[in-house]
Amino acid sequence: MSISFDKALGVSEQALNFRAQRAEVLANNIANADTPNYKARDMDFSEVLAAQANKTDKGRFGLEMTNDKHIEAEGFDGTGDSTLKYRMSTSPSLDQNTVDSQIEQSNYAQNAVGFNASFTLLNAKFKGLVSAIRGE
Amino acid sequence: MSLASVFNIAGTGMSAQTTRLNTVASNIANAETVSSSLDKTYRARHPVFATMLQDQSGGTDTSQSLFQDADNSGSGVQVAGIVEDQSNLEARYEPSSPAANKDGYVYYPNVNVVSEMADMISASRSFQTNADLMNTAKTMMQKVLTLGQ
Repeated sequence: MSISFDKALGVSEQALNFRAQRAEVLANNIANADTPNYKARDMDFSEVLAAQANKTDKGRFGLEMTNDKHIEAEGFDGTGDSTLKYRMSTSPSLDQNTVDSQIEQSNYAQNAVGFNASFTLLNAKFKGLVSAIRGE
Repeated sequence: MSLASVFNIAGTGMSAQTTRLNTVASNIANAETVSSSLDKTYRARHPVFATMLQDQSGGTDTSQSLFQDADNSGSGVQVAGIVEDQSNLEARYEPSSPAANKDGYVYYPNVNVVSEMADMISASRSFQTNADLMNTAKTMMQKVLTLGQ
């Protein structure tokens, strides 16, 4: 029996990765709060989670099959799964910018808290591994 | 490492807002700069912002990204240019002014000091927001450094 980090750490590592990327997207929204024609973007946690779970299940990108004649995609790398969405504008502005600074800031704060939560879980798993190795 | 690019993004945001503050300062400083001809009179200047995309900034690595290269979120903001306000200049009859033309008129810049002040507050708030983003990202990164301790 060998210790595999992937199996031991589970989804926490990916969640941390997602939070870091979402921080980037939200930071970009806030930086572009005054850019004409800029459209605010965001990532959907549940969709990324589902895509990641699908990947771990099948070991590759899963294609949705809606017909019996569809065949499974093989040898297809699924890292390019598009999960970046455009935010629906709550207050349209004259310069076609859809960034609402307050919403972005609250999302950013929420994301930072989520990051801390994922980190705490990941840290707990590492601590568990360490105590298992030491046999304490 | 995408948390590191938050620093770049917030940095470009702060830089763009600084440019905006500079133009506001320039406009307010020149609000009373008179001239005797239309084409020599100062006109209010405003920066135009544009999204910086990942291939423009060069350094950002998208190979670890959960989304496609072509579908990137951009990596900050840049000042696309500074435009001069083309609205009408104000002509005042001031024959005693040394800058008066032969009809006794001087031209005042089309700077609206009230809207410039509002613009200044907006720029300053955006700058603070970007600085806060950077601070939060720093806290997150420092937290990661304590992993396993």
